[in-house]
Amino acid sequence: MSDLSTMTIAAARDALRAGDVTAADLTEACLREIEGAGALNAVVHATADIAREQAARADARLRDGDAPAMCGIPLGIKDLFCTKGVPSQAASGILKGFRPEYESTVTAKLWDAGAVMLGKLNMDEFAMGSSNETSVYGDAVNPWRATGSDAALTPGGSSGGSAAAVAAGLCLAATGTDTGGSIRQPAAFTGITGLKPTYGRCSRWGIVAFASSLDQAGPMTRDVRDAAIMLQAMAGHDPLDSTSADMPVPDFEAALTGDIRGTKIGIPREYRMDGMSPEIAKLWEDGAAMLRGAGAEVVDIALPHTQHALPAYYVIAPAEASSNLARYDGVRFGHRARLAPGDGITEMYEKTRAEGFGAEVQRRVMVGTYVLSAGFYDAYYNRARKVRTLIKRDFEAAFAAGVDAILTPATPSAAFRLGEMATADPVQMYLNDVFTVTVNLAGLPGISVPAGLDRRGLPLGLQLIGKPWDEAGLLNHAYALERAAGFTARPDRWW
Amino acid sequence: MSIDHETAAKVAKLARIRVEDAALPALAAEFNTILGFIEQLGAVDVEGVEPMTGVTPMRLKRRDDVVTDGGQQAAILSNAPDAREGFFAVPKVVE
Repeated sequence: MSDLSTMTIAAARDALRAGDVTAADLTEACLREIEGAGALNAVVHATADIAREQAARADARLRDGDAPAMCGIPLGIKDLFCTKGVPSQAASGILKGFRPEYESTVTAKLWDAGAVMLGKLNMDEFAMGSSNETSVYGDAVNPWRATGSDAALTPGGSSGGSAAAVAAGLCLAATGTDTGGSIRQPAAFTGITGLKPTYGRCSRWGIVAFASSLDQAGPMTRDVRDAAIMLQAMAGHDPLDSTSADMPVPDFEAALTGDIRGTKIGIPREYRMDGMSPEIAKLWEDGAAMLRGAGAEVVDIALPHTQHALPAYYVIAPAEASSNLARYDGVRFGHRARLAPGDGITEMYEKTRAEGFGAEVQRRVMVGTYVLSAGFYDAYYNRARKVRTLIKRDFEAAFAAGVDAILTPATPSAAFRLGEMATADPVQMYLNDVFTVTVNLAGLPGISVPAGLDRRGLPLGLQLIGKPWDEAGLLNHAYALERAAGFTARPDRWW
Repeated sequence: MSIDHETAAKVAKLARIRVEDAALPALAAEFNTILGFIEQLGAVDVEGVEPMTGVTPMRLKRRDDVVTDGGQQAAILSNAPDAREGFFAVPKVVE
């Protein structure tokens, strides 16, 4: 891996401003790495021409002394973000050939800040999946392998391409989105940092919608400082998204003092699931000890409705998806099925959607249709929304009792083998989200921090959950945890 | 609540996704697995609990009722599978 392409954003920013390196150098280094990393299948649409042009402009800004922190930083962009004139197909066949006429707010903010787009990154189709195996582009592959094994592992999902690209040094950082854990789980599987902000912190405008009340964009980076720097550039009110919060965006990097003395960390007892692997349990205990060692008080808390979070999520998310994905009908954009003589508009819809959507997306759209259908709306959808209220209340009670942040494992295991879940029923895959999905249901910020390796040499992550709008405090706790954990392992290059 | 082939076919129809008859049994079985999983919500006491409508307590902003954009016919049609004479074209809707 190139020394330039594996830099942190913070180090690159300082080197760019000092004139020790140019945006063009960084960009060329990343483009070379991408070219040599086909085996990872992380970058699905490279945009070298755009990258070179943006890098030249960034270098001009740097020379003029007008350089925000992200100026000249080469990024990968999840395929879920609409990028003007560049294929943006949410890893779905139904959006094959779609080139948006507009730019998502989050990516527009990044380009305004001078960042450089290297390309679009692999993901699960419409962000529905936990292993990047539902993608129309094929599986993205984790740069990490277990010691002594050459079995291909999942980078997690849905932001699997983003996670693989950052971990393998193809870009300095990447955008992700998180509806039930899609930033934090892949970050944990690849030994990087992934932050899901408070719902409403980043605009959703121009991001292909999965479940609108849960979706949130966030940074996937090498460390906590980079997450703070990149979130700063992504966040802020947008008149085009009425759910984006009109409130000031604090200086997240300035909050990273590492001083968490006297703060209170909650350990939710309900997250100690039956059958939790001893390695995950130990990682969690070690993490609590690290935060205690940094001066925080660690207390047991109760989040009594935790066990109902996954079933509530698998009602609410498919329900919203069935509504959001109704727009893919073969009329205005994307794929349209070839019709037989005599086929009318209903056949066009049905054939287009059967051809364009993959199996998992079809499954979720149909489950969503079912739970919203006459006679079942109250029993499933309304009940799930009531349970969601209870889950949020659990967190509110914990924070009201003085807890500043909550520590949990990020995932129930390390990265698993690609194909390992192929014969399992869909619910087995859903269990990957067991520690992360509560955070989306409650709209809270959550971050996954790499904290150790398992006995096979694969990275494991811990999750910290913060108070609404307190990304600054959350990042500072994550920074303290990162310093104590001292995770520096990198995957051996095999690709 | 167990889903039979007929219900699976009805859901597929409502979702406007063509499912061949031969695929219906497997689809029904998958639905039953997933519904069996979400069925556990029935055990939660939700008496008197309001269903969540928005996760962050905020007043949704209202924009001024003015025209801010327009005249983008070419851009809007640029990704259409079939566009003719400034319109989206679809198969015959009414006999």
